[in-house]
Amino acid sequence: MQKVIFSALTGAIFGLGIAISGMANPAKVLNFFDIAGSWDPSLIFVMGGALITTGLGYLVVFGVRKKPVFDAAFHLPINKTIDARLVSGSAIFGVGWGIAGFCPGGAIPALGFGGVAVIAFVGAMIVGIVLARSIDGLRHKPAKAF
Amino acid sequence: MMETEFTPWMSLAGGVLIGISAVLLMAFNGRIAGMTGIMTGILPPVSTDWPWRIAFLAGAVIGPVLFLVAGGAIPYAVPVSLPLLAFGGLIVGVGVYYGAGCTSGHGVCGMARLSPRSIAATVTFMIATGLTVYVIRHIAGI
Repeated sequence: MQKVIFSALTGAIFGLGIAISGMANPAKVLNFFDIAGSWDPSLIFVMGGALITTGLGYLVVFGVRKKPVFDAAFHLPINKTIDARLVSGSAIFGVGWGIAGFCPGGAIPALGFGGVAVIAFVGAMIVGIVLARSIDGLRHKPAKAF
Repeated sequence: MMETEFTPWMSLAGGVLIGISAVLLMAFNGRIAGMTGIMTGILPPVSTDWPWRIAFLAGAVIGPVLFLVAGGAIPYAVPVSLPLLAFGGLIVGVGVYYGAGCTSGHGVCGMARLSPRSIAATVTFMIATGLTVYVIRHIAGI
C-alpha cells in the first residue's frame, strides 16, 4: 500500500514537472526540434535539469542503499544489447514524436487539460503498443513490462 | 508555424521536478520512472504489479490539474491536426514498444545511469524527431 501511495505522489511530481517544463506542449516540443525555423531551445533546460538531478540522485541512492525502501531489490533493465530492434524502434518513435509533438511522458500529464488532441494521441498510442506487443507475441514470448 | 516563448527557468524547474520524481521512485519503489514501461504494464497482458503503475499514471494526470486549480498556468497549444495526432500516436506506440522506452525511460533514467543502450536509443530518436520535423515543416511545408 505504501508503494502505491508513494507511486501516486511521485507520479504527481513527474506530471507537474512535465507540465511546467513545456514537454506536454506540442507547439513548444516541435519548435525545439525546428532549429531551421521557429527554434525554442527551452527543452535543453528540461533535459539538463532532469539529467543532472537524476544522475546525482541515483549516485546517492545506489551508493547509500542496497535495496529500495519499499521493495526487496532495485528493478533495473538487464538487457544490455544495442540491436536493430532497439534502434529501429527508437527511430520509429522519433518519427511519431516529430509528427505529433507528443511523447508518452509528455502526453499522459496533458490528459487532464489537453482536450481531444491528447486523448486522440494517447488512444492511438495505446493501440500501437498493444498491436506491436501482440504481433511480437506471435513470434516469441512478448517482452515483459520493463 | 507558431512561435513559443523561450522559458529557461520554468523548463529547468520542470526538469528538476522530473528528476526528483525519478530519484524518489527509484529510492522508495526501486523502479525506473519511464512512461513507456509503466504504461505497458497496465496494457494486456496486464502485469501483476499493476497497482503502483495505475497510481503513478493517475498522479501524473492529477498533478498538473491541481497546479491549474491552484492558479498556475500551463502554456499549451497543438499545431497538429487530429488525424496526424492519431497517426503519430500509433507510430509512437509501435516505436516505444520495440525501442523499449521513450524520453523519460531512456532519455532521463537510462542516460542518467550512463546506460549505453539508452544513450543509443536517445540519440536515435532525437535525430529521427529532428529529421521528421524538418521534412514536415521545410520540405513538405505543412
